[in-house]
Amino acid sequence: MDLEHNTLTKEQIEANPMLPRRFRIDKVTWETQETFTHELVPIDGADMFRFKPGQFNMIYVFGVGEIAISISGDPDDDSRLYHTTRVVGSVTRRKQNLVEGDILGIRGPFGNHWPVEKAVGKDVVVIAGGIGLAPLRPVIYYLLNHRDQYKRITLLYGTRSPDKILYSRQLKEWGARFDIDVSVTVDSADTDWQGHVGIVTKLIPKAVFDPNNTVAFVCGPEIMMRFTAMDLLKFDMPEDKIYVSMERNHKCGIGFCGHCQLGSYFICKDGPVFTYDKLKSYLSIKEV
Amino acid sequence: MARLDVGSQVIIQREHFGELLEALQKKSYKTIGPTLREKAIVYEEIESVNQLPVGWTEKQEKGKYRLVERSDGALFGYNVGPQSWKSYLSPPEVKLWSARKTENGFEVEEKSDEMPQYAFIGVRPCDLSAINILDRVFLDDEYQDNVYGERRKGLFIVAVNCTEAGNTCFCSSMGTGPRSREGYDLAITEIIDGVDHFFVTDVGTENGAAVLEEVTWEKAGDSAVEAAEERINEAADSMGRDLDTDRLRDLLFNNFEHPQWHDVAERCLSCANCTMVCPTCFCHTVEEVTDLEGDHAERWRIWDSCFTLGYSYIHGGSVRKSTLSRYRQWMTHKLASWHDQFGTSGCVGCGRCITWCPVGIDITEETAAIRKSGKVPEEKVDQPQP
Repeated sequence: MDLEHNTLTKEQIEANPMLPRRFRIDKVTWETQETFTHELVPIDGADMFRFKPGQFNMIYVFGVGEIAISISGDPDDDSRLYHTTRVVGSVTRRKQNLVEGDILGIRGPFGNHWPVEKAVGKDVVVIAGGIGLAPLRPVIYYLLNHRDQYKRITLLYGTRSPDKILYSRQLKEWGARFDIDVSVTVDSADTDWQGHVGIVTKLIPKAVFDPNNTVAFVCGPEIMMRFTAMDLLKFDMPEDKIYVSMERNHKCGIGFCGHCQLGSYFICKDGPVFTYDKLKSYLSIKEV
Repeated sequence: MARLDVGSQVIIQREHFGELLEALQKKSYKTIGPTLREKAIVYEEIESVNQLPVGWTEKQEKGKYRLVERSDGALFGYNVGPQSWKSYLSPPEVKLWSARKTENGFEVEEKSDEMPQYAFIGVRPCDLSAINILDRVFLDDEYQDNVYGERRKGLFIVAVNCTEAGNTCFCSSMGTGPRSREGYDLAITEIIDGVDHFFVTDVGTENGAAVLEEVTWEKAGDSAVEAAEERINEAADSMGRDLDTDRLRDLLFNNFEHPQWHDVAERCLSCANCTMVCPTCFCHTVEEVTDLEGDHAERWRIWDSCFTLGYSYIHGGSVRKSTLSRYRQWMTHKLASWHDQFGTSGCVGCGRCITWCPVGIDITEETAAIRKSGKVPEEKVDQPQP
């Protein structure tokens, strides 16, 4: 069987954003018990697409369906596509059983991005909760690739327990560097854990940044983003320098299916990244 | 006959109206128009004038729709039924593509069916506005929706101005009717006066003029044009409903926690009827359909509704669990956030959601109730206020 042959041409795919490109799973890495990363390479002979930090793809699993997953690789490296997935639903349950060599469908990249360009010359605070580190990893890669353009860089990461820490080896590597300040906290741990215990907002007072010259990128559960933003405001950070990323149901990724609406926004095209001032009401109204 | 200018008005006599359908069919259009089915007026392929609901009208009320015979033999003596033209432009079920299983994965097969070229016969002004709104939704952005775009591209529209307003109609409030303003190839106004029965016909496009070359028409005299004007004005004056749109977006954004939402949630069945009959509701889902052996899979695009629990599902549960939140999403989208998204209201005042609501919820009444006790903010608000 000729796997390198795709029945669709590049033109067909460009003309129809609902058609997926086919990618081969080149490597599967289990990050935690419930979270794995796929490294993907295209098999249609076309170029690997470029993406910006924070964008997402619609990933198709044959016979099951599609899900929106953020891209978690290095935006300056287009030899591979990285997706970190937590097993939560029917598609991800099937996806976890795929092995190296299996084929996935990819549509994307969709959505806006973490505006790293607006943080040039500033301190950057990256705050992640749980799986929220995955869509922020491209930001960290980017900042470190272009280190001289930024002042202080801080990563604050909180998750439920030590065994749920994502990218733990990488966090250690970054933690060993002098040009980025990494702090990790867990909600609860046993006596083997020697790090911080408590919610991620508790790390904010320890972080060193100039509130008047800082951009914050925040991603995690909605409640975590809301409280994080409120704490950053207490440190006199302006609302429009705090960026958060929203998650909603996506069926198309291109603004037609309607599922990802949040008030006036389509998360897939107006987001997923918003400044806090554009979102604060939505975060405080129930079931909006 | 000589080619008419765009903007000109002519008369087509009742006995020649069939020539219009024939002319369109000769130009390979698939003519879709109103016809009777299951005690309702629906839009289906029609080949002759006889298939139109000749001599029928409907009585519409909150939660009620009944066909009634009329004595004048009118071809277009009714307003709107349960269906809208979106059924043809963004069909309820469309296959997007299919895939065949291979050793390690799958191969994608894109279908390449020939798209029918539709001519819509009898598009009401409200529905014409709805098509204009769907154009903005599906075509006026970074991406274009192929499903809609392919069907919309060659569309020929024969609009019909309303000379009678239905009991649940409020197009005057929404500024969409009862006269068609733009977006048609031909617009007709049906006049029946004693033994006279004719259609004052406005030529909207070159295409419209070309079709009229194949139809017997005569010059429209002043009295005929005046009669048409008069009847349309009568329809405007006899609207069954009205909706105050003054700063409606801000009113609703400012009243996201208004007690009326609880009130309507007590009555709403969350059945999604309103979204199915709405001519502008465009939401759809994409589903995977597989054969029993698992070798073949298809991706189908299927209408969806913000009233379903699954619509807002993300891992861990749905965002909008309560009926309150789903009704609020629907109505505030239609009347408020739609303005931010597409520069227009999402409501055209056709009244279908009122007629086809099984418990008779009336969007004009719900809005009025919020306006009665809700405050309109001094300045424009950019987000719903908690």
